[in-house]
Amino acid sequence: KMATLAVRQSPVGGFSFENCKRNAVLEGEANKVGYSLPAARKTGTTICGVVFKDGVILGADTRATEGMIVADKNCSKIHYISPNIYCCGAGTAADTEMTTQIISSNLELHALSTGRVPRVATANRMLKQMLFRYQGYIGAALVLGGVDCNGPHLYSIYPHGSTDKLPYVTMGSGSLAAMAVFEDRYKPDMEEEDAKRLVRDAIAAGIFNDLGSGSNIDLCVITKGKLDYIRPHDEANKKGVRTGDYKYKRGTTSVLTKSVTALNLEVVEETVLTMDTS
Amino acid sequence: KMAAATMSPYFGQQMSSKNDLVPAWTSQEVSTGTTIMALEYDGGVVIGADSRTTTGAYIANRVTDKLTPIHDRIFCCRSGSAADTQAIADVVTYQLGFHSIELDEPPLVETAANLFRASCYRYREELTAGILVAGWDRRKGGQVYCVPIGGMLVRQPVSVGGSGSSYIYGFMDSNYKPNMTKDQCLELTAAAVSLAMERDGSSGGVVRLASISKDGVERRVILGNQLPKYSTH
Repeated sequence: KMATLAVRQSPVGGFSFENCKRNAVLEGEANKVGYSLPAARKTGTTICGVVFKDGVILGADTRATEGMIVADKNCSKIHYISPNIYCCGAGTAADTEMTTQIISSNLELHALSTGRVPRVATANRMLKQMLFRYQGYIGAALVLGGVDCNGPHLYSIYPHGSTDKLPYVTMGSGSLAAMAVFEDRYKPDMEEEDAKRLVRDAIAAGIFNDLGSGSNIDLCVITKGKLDYIRPHDEANKKGVRTGDYKYKRGTTSVLTKSVTALNLEVVEETVLTMDTS
Repeated sequence: KMAAATMSPYFGQQMSSKNDLVPAWTSQEVSTGTTIMALEYDGGVVIGADSRTTTGAYIANRVTDKLTPIHDRIFCCRSGSAADTQAIADVVTYQLGFHSIELDEPPLVETAANLFRASCYRYREELTAGILVAGWDRRKGGQVYCVPIGGMLVRQPVSVGGSGSSYIYGFMDSNYKPNMTKDQCLELTAAAVSLAMERDGSSGGVVRLASISKDGVERRVILGNQLPKYSTH
């Protein structure tokens, strides 16, 4: 049957939710036959950020989960936005990765156009306006931090597009554990070493008390003059070294007798199947 | 008919959280549960709000500023979805700023209120936003306009909004009297918001107050331990 010609309609403005309808139909059909659809890989995650005396420190764990299985034991959740701005991402791994890359690209062009070092507030605006446009369907929960001409800034950005500007923030499934540490020990204008220890402990709280977070602790220290991308800062879950081996040397079991029986096989039929290498 | 067993690699985000590792509240929308309030007095307005933003049962921000400046002497109090109200406020701030530069004059509060109403009414099916617009202008002095969910616009001398407002309608009806002074208004607002915070789970934190008049904006914060105490036991 020949394909019918159809005049291509000019696209209606706004986001097309066609795929969402398709997904709902597929989920229904799959459930009918007893299958469940594969879960999008979510970074279970503990991410956090803190403003200290000279700048901001961002922290993240390194576990990426697919359902109940760890898909990546050492994934990088602190994404580059610009030389002075970094962004931690929780939620759907692909969404955080692509969203931060898109905004990073646009921000670089914007910076070239303005001739100025990009500001954290600009990155925040761009991210929130994009996420709001997609009405929460892009599952990216972000902790955005950086230092610009107006000093250090830290934002938390939710998938629906709301943002909060705060001195300390946590996001992800381990955020409650990390926030408990922050609420106990945060002080304004901390020194760098104290702040690093605080962020490390907050992420560790998430790693050890939340099943969705684990492996190592990555840190990113951003100050006016320098940037330290410390990956890993703390290998909190180093894989143990095997202390023994179950392989036995040849000769461990002594051979008492040996008898060899030949299998007399006759070739009955021989066919050759040529591989189609055209 | 597409075979259910073969999965194409391009699946969008699953809206239902089947994953036990990620608790339900992480996928719930952020809402300013809220108690907000605005009163007119002779010469200006007083506005007040709590400071709690929730995602489900978790408090995402306990020091939120729900009193958002739209222009030099016009503020809005936000309740409902945090994302929706932030986006609307940003749009109106831009529109009003542009309009004000065109006029080369400070904008009218009624203009700001109408801009809010335009967005809230046009997109009423997609938005969850309850907004109080309050400010001072040269033509009519202090004014409070209420733009609730659905996009109505009405001017009121006193208005309360948000989930906590239900608990203080009686208090407001019995304690508000016309022609109060600025300080009486501030006291009444602080008392009302505190009472609502006491009873409403989605309201809490600190009380943020602001008074707007010809002379500018004065902002104040009443911290948790300084709140007026009403508990009888």
